[in-house]
Amino acid sequence: MPEHVASIKMYVGVFLTLMVFTRITVWVAYQDLGAWNDIVMLTIAVTKAVLVILFFMHVKYSTRLTALTAISGFFFLAILICMTLNDYLSRFQLLGPLVPGK
Amino acid sequence: MASTAYDNRLEGLAAPHGGHHPSLQHQFDSLEQQKESSTLGMWMFLITEIMFFGGLFTAYVIYRSTLHGVFAAASHELNVNLGAVNTAVLIGSSLTMALAIRAAQVNRQKLILLFLFLTMLLGSTFLVIKGFEYAEKFEHSLVPGPGFQFMGMTYRGFAPDPEHVSPEVLQVGDKAQIFFSLYFIMTGIHALHMIIGIGVLLWLFILSWKGRFDSTYYNPLECAGLYWHFVDIVWIFLFPLLYLIGAHVH
Amino acid sequence: MNTSATAESVVASPETGFERPNYLNAEYGVRSWLLTRDHKRIAILYLVSVSIFFAIGSLFAMLIRLELLTPEGDLMQPDTYNRVFTMHGVVMVFLFLIPAIPAVLGNFLVPIMIGARDLAFPRINLASWYVYNLGGLFVLWAMVNGGVDTGWTFYTPYSTNYSNTHVIATGLGVFIIGFSSIFTGLNFVVTIHRMRAPGMTWFRLPLFIWSHYATSLIILLGTPVIAITILLVAVEKGLHLGIFDPKLGGDPVLFQHLFWFYSHPAVYIMILPSMGVISELIAAFSRKRVFGYKVVAFASIAIAVLGFLVWGHHMFVTGQSIYAATVFSVISMLVAIPSAVKVFNWTATLYEGSISYQTPMLYALGFIGLFTLGGLTGTMIATLGIDVHLHDTYFIVAHFHYVMVGGTIMGYLGGLHYWWPKMTGRLYPAFLSRLSALLVFVGFNLTFFPQFILGYLGMPRRYWAYPEEFQVFNVLSTAGASILGVGFILPLCYFIWSMRYGKKSGDNPWGAIGLEWDTPSPPPTENFYTVPVVTHGPYEYNPQEVHERTSHPEARVG
Repeated sequence: MPEHVASIKMYVGVFLTLMVFTRITVWVAYQDLGAWNDIVMLTIAVTKAVLVILFFMHVKYSTRLTALTAISGFFFLAILICMTLNDYLSRFQLLGPLVPGK
Repeated sequence: MASTAYDNRLEGLAAPHGGHHPSLQHQFDSLEQQKESSTLGMWMFLITEIMFFGGLFTAYVIYRSTLHGVFAAASHELNVNLGAVNTAVLIGSSLTMALAIRAAQVNRQKLILLFLFLTMLLGSTFLVIKGFEYAEKFEHSLVPGPGFQFMGMTYRGFAPDPEHVSPEVLQVGDKAQIFFSLYFIMTGIHALHMIIGIGVLLWLFILSWKGRFDSTYYNPLECAGLYWHFVDIVWIFLFPLLYLIGAHVH
Repeated sequence: MNTSATAESVVASPETGFERPNYLNAEYGVRSWLLTRDHKRIAILYLVSVSIFFAIGSLFAMLIRLELLTPEGDLMQPDTYNRVFTMHGVVMVFLFLIPAIPAVLGNFLVPIMIGARDLAFPRINLASWYVYNLGGLFVLWAMVNGGVDTGWTFYTPYSTNYSNTHVIATGLGVFIIGFSSIFTGLNFVVTIHRMRAPGMTWFRLPLFIWSHYATSLIILLGTPVIAITILLVAVEKGLHLGIFDPKLGGDPVLFQHLFWFYSHPAVYIMILPSMGVISELIAAFSRKRVFGYKVVAFASIAIAVLGFLVWGHHMFVTGQSIYAATVFSVISMLVAIPSAVKVFNWTATLYEGSISYQTPMLYALGFIGLFTLGGLTGTMIATLGIDVHLHDTYFIVAHFHYVMVGGTIMGYLGGLHYWWPKMTGRLYPAFLSRLSALLVFVGFNLTFFPQFILGYLGMPRRYWAYPEEFQVFNVLSTAGASILGVGFILPLCYFIWSMRYGKKSGDNPWGAIGLEWDTPSPPPTENFYTVPVVTHGPYEYNPQEVHERTSHPEARVG
């Protein structure tokens, strides 16, 4: 299998995109969007991670097995987080009223 | 019992895997098989890393949901600027790492060395900045434990005069320890991964110096690259989750 | 590095009186063992280590049973008893049950069964053995310096805030042992994916391989989580970085979530390889293809995946929300489906087979019975209401011993008896081995069946004394344990005896089918003299096909 050699332009392009996303995250963090703050930040983080995985880690040019491996890792992490949250979100507030910062 | 079967096979059957390439190990039939195996192995290792950090992220998610206000207040104490600079530094090091592998793919030995060096340099820069951040936390008594102070209130067990402090505020002080514990453990383990990564890169730098890598054989570079990018991804999540949750609260 | 030349240069046939070159006589000396990269030698190294830790764990079991012989706590102080059952649990779970089958039988057989020369990463494989022993040393160090008293589960806040025993050292030991599991699992997955012989398609893989594949996936996905959890406990205890401390608003139940996310699937790390062994044994000794091969193969994967969705059933009485508990309870029952599929398919395989009651088969049949009991009581205690009654009683103890001892150890011993001739080239005494299989079965049931009744009557686990009305069952249990002990010591003796004095076994003493039986016993360093080409499924016991296969050895070209 001849190795895929990606262009320097592509790598630099991905790098610049990641930097722009970082700047956007910081900017968004200072806007008060309520619950949307978290959603936007996480969406950007996931997008950045996907870019790194696809291009820097060459998953885009690798076998299906590699992609499946990466996906399964995140899938089981999602199971861990969701099933645990499932408990906490359906429990009584054990920890008392929350105190807002400052 | 089945003695004739193997005797027949014994005769003149040389193993077909002549070691053509000096880097081909005996259990593999070809360099391609070896490369595929080591890449897959590295990905399997990264799965374990995902789950390893995953335990921490789970703890984070749970406490973030149950102690939301506390986390926002505590997050305010982190230095967003340093965190953002570090994010840029780390993404930059990912770029140079990717370019080092590309240099190997196109047989540019000197470029491999240059880019590996840059990667290590950026990685070290990240650690130095991280060190300054840690020092700041120690100065402001934000390290969990008996000396912990948050929002002007001392740790409950050692509060000089508990009667002048409302119980709610004391509670925030205590609970903020959870945030800083998570902060130190998550960034600490991340930094440890960086240190290990820099060590690996140093070793690969020496091997590249000896001209061990070219377009036919560069799995170790590829695997180290995967690891390095993974560490980068962890930071991509740590930065917004730790530094930015309280930024808009004033 | 290419060492292939040595294997062919020393060709000698049995007729000329020379020993054929094999992995045992390829090199001599301690150094050749300690620095070996041969998966077969590493399997033997593991066999030795695992046996030592099994002996240590058994010693603690003996102390527990002795203490419980009488209702009064007269043999030891309650504090000592806490340490004894904790060390029994830690050693047995982390140092014996988890590595036993994968690291010994798996290490030896996975490459041979798929027609590879070695595992994909031989150096990592050797490292795994060293790491295992290093972790074991940590645990041993803690043991001789006073031990741990938290139970093998290290529940917080007791372990982090109150216990003044060696939680950190033991925890670090467990953390380190985790790496050795991960190394083994990683090696298996890559080897099974990338190093199968020509023609060895996924559905020609022996079920032993399928179950090891599933096990490796669990190891890779689960072990890191317990690693980080134990690390958090150590950091909280040692550095005051509170995570689970309720005083700081932390939640000890979170520890249990993280702990059981690994430790429940860990049960499948123990039982799945054993199921793989049983599939091989049942097929070989009933001379039949495993009934519903594909379903059994996928059942392994299903157990692995479902295993990650059920951990909450260990936490029904810990303050978990009722909603979450219900979800966990329902999914737990689903695990019964693939498990039952396996049991039914094994019994269907037996039907109209030409069964021979050799020692390994006795273990296999024992496994089916005991695992069924263990599994059925498992569905009982996965039921929310019943669990509230039975939680933390001897019923639970009996249940998991039926699965772990009745499942894993029966499979391990069965597999060891089955492949021992392949590993050493020697046979062990038939009568003694059958006797030991019988003793293990009888002793086991006598030990643990009374504990079901004890638990149902309300005797809690982890207590060093108990009311007099429970004594009858406890005496039965202790008596059974001594029979079980004899059943374990016997194989140890005759296995060691057989290595020197046992009759030569020949390559295929059972007349079984599988790549491992096509190569000499003991196998040469590179496993096969030539790369095998696979042209048929794993259990073709149909006489016609067997004839064709053995009469055309030249079909296997390199």
